[in-house]
This record gives sequence, structure tokens and C-alpha cells, in this order.
Amino acid sequence: MKRKLDFDIDLHHLPRVEGHGNIRISVRDGRLAEATWAVVETPRFFEAIVKGMSAERVPFLTSRICGICSISHSLASIRALERAMEITPPETALTIRLLAMHGETLQSHALHLFFLAAPDFLDAPSALPIMQSHPEIVRAGLQLKELGNEISTVTTGRCTHPVSLVLGGVSKAPSRELLLRLKTMIAERLPALERTTEFFSTLTIPQFVRETEFISLRNGSAYPSIGGDLVSTDGVVRDEEDYLRMTNEYLVAFSTSKFTKVTRQSSAAGALARFNNNFGLLHPRARAAAAAFGLEPVCHNPFMNNVAQLVECHHIMEDAAMLVDRLLDADLLDIRTAFKPKAGSATGAVEAPRGILYHHLETDDEGKVVKADCIIPTTQNNANIHYDLHALAEQALAEGRNEAETEKLCVILVRSYDPCISCSVH
Amino acid sequence: MNHLGFELQPLKIASFDFTCCEGCQLQLANRESTLPEFLALVDIRNFREISSERHDDYDIALVEGSITRSDEIERLKTIRARAKMLVAFGTCACFGGVNSLKNRMPQEAVIREVYDGKAIETMPSMRIGDIVEVDYGIPGCPVSKEEVERIVVSLVSRSPVTLPTYPVCVECKQRLNTCLFDLGEICLGPVTRAGCDAVCPTGNTACLGCRGPAEEINFPAFAQLVRDKELSMADMREKLAFYNGFGDYLEEET
Ligand code: SF4
Ligand code: SF4
Ligand code: SF4
Repeated sequence: MKRKLDFDIDLHHLPRVEGHGNIRISVRDGRLAEATWAVVETPRFFEAIVKGMSAERVPFLTSRICGICSISHSLASIRALERAMEITPPETALTIRLLAMHGETLQSHALHLFFLAAPDFLDAPSALPIMQSHPEIVRAGLQLKELGNEISTVTTGRCTHPVSLVLGGVSKAPSRELLLRLKTMIAERLPALERTTEFFSTLTIPQFVRETEFISLRNGSAYPSIGGDLVSTDGVVRDEEDYLRMTNEYLVAFSTSKFTKVTRQSSAAGALARFNNNFGLLHPRARAAAAAFGLEPVCHNPFMNNVAQLVECHHIMEDAAMLVDRLLDADLLDIRTAFKPKAGSATGAVEAPRGILYHHLETDDEGKVVKADCIIPTTQNNANIHYDLHALAEQALAEGRNEAETEKLCVILVRSYDPCISCSVH
Repeated sequence: MNHLGFELQPLKIASFDFTCCEGCQLQLANRESTLPEFLALVDIRNFREISSERHDDYDIALVEGSITRSDEIERLKTIRARAKMLVAFGTCACFGGVNSLKNRMPQEAVIREVYDGKAIETMPSMRIGDIVEVDYGIPGCPVSKEEVERIVVSLVSRSPVTLPTYPVCVECKQRLNTCLFDLGEICLGPVTRAGCDAVCPTGNTACLGCRGPAEEINFPAFAQLVRDKELSMADMREKLAFYNGFGDYLEEET
């Protein structure tokens, strides 16, 4: 017989996540009465404030949706507007943008893995005590984060809120000198990634499975980054312009962020979703890293998103080195296509660190924005987090866990999604 | 800790975010190579983004973001009451930032645009200084970590905190950039406070004035420059309005 258990978990403004979210679990007579994921962030209404702005200024505004994935937001707007106004940027600029995306994702994953997630597994309140207890691990994490930021700075002029990503291409190319330095830096930091991987392989990832539908981009030729088809692990394939049918946003009473779904009750985006949909396109070293953790597609354990991020770091290091080489052979003067503003509308989808991100923008014939829609990765995870919490709390009760253990598992679950809440309530 | 023969106490610091992108707080974890030295200067008492430890005793509160909801006003007042010194951290906190662009429209229209009919509470974006007394402001979207490090060292060593008084153009010229005005683009460098090392014009894009007005700027001369070069006044106004740092000048001009 189950123990009769009564408790309420009410976590307000969850720490070590970006933005403001609450977890509420209540158990009565040993049964789960409620499990809720509520976002209580203050909205900023970007879709309203971008209206009337000239197209060329828009990426500078939308990058401010998120301090962690500003490059992704900037490039989602740029892609939408370039498609709307039929602008074709030069090859070199496209390569610089891909490299910039790698920098941002590496920085974001390192921040999450070391500063936000690792303390959970080591029972520490933050990364600060870990700096004392595991200095070499934190040093490795900082080296990877710094490399990510350096890649972003070299490619976009600044690591948060890029300055040189513009409509038509980029406003400034990195110098050969900086590229060569970056190449050395990537090679020098491979051991830090090895150390990180060894460390994470010693941690125990909770066992929990709730089948869901994973959504990401797929282009068939490279691991996804900027643009492509919208796909799901349930076999859905849609054109980028068809993003609304891939999200189906709806409002729920207890949250300022919207929820989404595709075929099932909820769906998931992020590193694990990309991994599940694009495993074959990962660099062999990244696939080997996944194998070492027993991570295979399709994996339905949300806690494994941490491992999927680590696997992506392996891919990024290899692919970034390749892109730097490509830029060293490229024409660094041909970086920007001139354009005339015109009326149009289009979608720009990119894989932000936390998952697929859509900007849909419509312009008038002066190139001013008349309509905007942004759908953020965390928005696409909110419903999944919500239903996962329910299933996880049920499982914890069935396993006879107490309040403290249940709370801990629920918090780790939410952090595993690496939610970016201020971004989701933009 | 010892500095020039003085015994120094780490600063009891707390960091709080309101309506914003949290990009300024993120800068605190950047400049990884100097991070251990930086952290040695501070005793982090409350910083939700990176730690689940929360303490209510702190000397300095870094406050990021602007204010757009009534519960934020209450939270901010509590922080003010507890902190010996309150720092408006970043452009959103100092000037309202990009959030203020929604102040041009009726708030009901803004809500309708994004949330259909759902009742969502919001009010025009306010600066931190509109609600409580601010001891210092560190502008920037995002703040520059170098500048933050310099200011924290000043605070620890009880030296006066200063910001550059001159405009971005000074830093831009030091970096030997081609002036964007010569390329036919309006740049707010001549009227904006320096301290960012002219990062935007160095990347070949216009300064949008995130650090607010420099001291003793000649705004009429700036507007005249735009006219003389036959550049678009509408473009100038869009740029001046971007971070809400030039309200008075904008009114003066129009
Ligand atoms: S000032 Fe800029 S970087 Fe800082 S919180 Fe506001 S929008 Fe983000
Ligand atoms: S580019 Fe801008 S900041 Fe640089 S000199 Fe010209 S006006 Fe000044
Ligand atoms: S150049 Fe202007 S907009 Fe850019 S960081 Fe400096 S003050 Fe801000």
C-alpha cells in the first residue's frame, strides 16, 4: 500500500534559469493533485514595438529579446527580411553567420552545463563552490564558454547583441589574423572539452521517459543551424513558411508564455530534438561522444538534453574549425549585397541554442515592418515541461520518494530544458 | 584582500532583474579569463540567475531592466530599502531601453497585438530612477564588462565612480575607423557617451546611442550635420528613440 502523503511544492522564481518561472506540485493522500509549470515573466511586447520600424534596424531590436541567444534572434529576423525582400547575401557572409551561430551555441551550452546544470548533480547551490571543489572542471567550462564568446566576437563584433550582422550580409568581416588566432584557440581547447566529457560521464542522469514529439530544422546536408525544413520525430515535414502549423500556439490561464503543440499533446525543441532528428549529420566525433553516454535517437528522456548539448559542443568544435578554414580561403571583401527595401513577407527559422526559433515579418514597400510574429524555443517547450512535471511527479510518488526528493527531481527536470523564460515572454 | 596597503572587504553584492533580456547580468559571467579575480572582489549574496542561495543582506544592488508591472514596483522598493547603494545596471534600467518603444502606443493596443483578448497587466516602461533613488547608473546595451570591472574596483577601494564625459566619436577616432557619416549613414557617436570603445562603428554599424547623451553635447550642431549631409531626419529620429536615452533632445528637435 502507498504511504499517505500530503505536501505542496511551490517554487517561486526558480533559481539558475534565465527568467521567472514557478513550479507547483501538490500531493494529497499520496496522490498527485496538481503539477504546473507557470511562467510569470513580464512581457515586453516585441511584436508590437517592432511595427513601423525600418527593416535594417529590426535585427538590432529583436536581438534584445534575449541576452543569451541574441545572435539567433538577429539572424532569424535577417533571414525573414532577406526572404521577404528577395536579398541574396554573398557566400562569405553566410559562412560568417554559420560560424557566429556556433559561437553562440557553444557559449550558451557551456553556461548551462557548468553554471546552471552541474550544481544540481553535485548538490551545490551554484558553480561558485564547485570552483573550489572541482577547479579543473570549472576551468574547462570557462575555457569553452570563453571560446564561444570569442567566436561570436570575432564574427559579429560583440558576444552579446551582435553589431555587424546586417540585412544583405555582414557589415564587417573578421581579419585573417583574427581567424588564424581563432583556429589555434579552437585546437587548444579540445582538451577542455575532453575533460568536460569525462566529468559529465561520472554524473548520474535520472531515469525518466515520457514519449513526446521532437521538433527541429533539417536540411539534409548539414547539422541544422539557419533555415531548412521543419521536421518532427513523428514524421511531420513542413516548409519553413508553414511554421504556424508546426507550433499552433495557444494561451493558458496560469502562464504569461503561450503553449504549443503539433501532433501530440505537447512537443519539444532544443539540443535533444536536433539530435533526434539529425543524428546522421553530426560529426563522427560527436556521434562517438553520444555513444559513450548511451545516447541514441530517438531518446525520450528529457534529462538527456544535457548530454545532447555536450554532444553538440563536440560537433561545434569540429565544424567551427572547418568554417574558419573555409573563411581563410574566402573573399573577405565580398560580404554585403546592396538592396532596395520592398514589400513582402517571409519566415526565418534558425536553431537557437535552446531550439527552433521563428520570426515571421511582413514589410511595406518602404521596408517598414507592418506585422511581426516571433515564436521562441522555450515557448515550444512549455507544454512539454508542464506535462513532464506531471508524469515525473507521478513516477516519484510511485517510487516512494519524499517531498524533498520529488522537488529536487522536478527542478532538475526544468533546468534540463535550459529554459529561457524572458525570451519566451518577449 | 590588500590593495595599495589598504585592507579591502569584498563587496556584498546582489543582482536583480526586472523587465529585460538579462543580457547585462550575463556580462558578469563573461570575460572568463579575469572572472576568478573579479569574483574575489565580490561576495555574491543574491543572484537568482546563477545561484539558488538567497540572502537579504547586501551593500550593493545591481538592478537590471525597466519597470512595467505593479508587482515590480513593490519588489524594487524592497530592494532599495535593503541596499546601501543601488546601481541602475544597463540601458533598460538607466533609460528604459528598447522596452520604452511601447510607450508610443496605448497599452491596450500593445496587449491586443500580442495576446488577443487575454487580460495581461502592463504599464508604460519606466526607468529604475522613476521609482526609487539611484546611486549610480552604468549604461550600455549590454553593459561593458571592462567598465563594470573598473567600477567595482573603484567601489571596493572607495574611490569615486566615474563614466567618460566625452562622446563615442573620441573612441572611434582612436580606433582609426572610417566615419560612417562619410559613408552616408547617420551615427549617434557625436552625441552619445563613450565607454564602449566605439564597438558599433568599429563593426561598421551606426551607434544607436545606448549609453545615452554625453555631457555638454552640441545637439543643434549634430542635427545640422544630418541636414547638411542631406540625410534622413526620420532615420535620425528612429535612431534617437531606439533606447529612449535622448527624450529631451528629441522633443527639442521636433
Ligand atoms: S540594457 Fe540591453 S542587454 Fe541590458 S538588459 Fe536591457 S536589453 Fe538586455
Ligand atoms: S562613425 Fe560615428 S562614432 Fe565614429 S567618428 Fe563617425 S560619427 Fe563618430
Ligand atoms: S557605439 Fe553607441 S550603440 Fe554601440 S555600444 Fe557604444 S554607445 Fe552603445
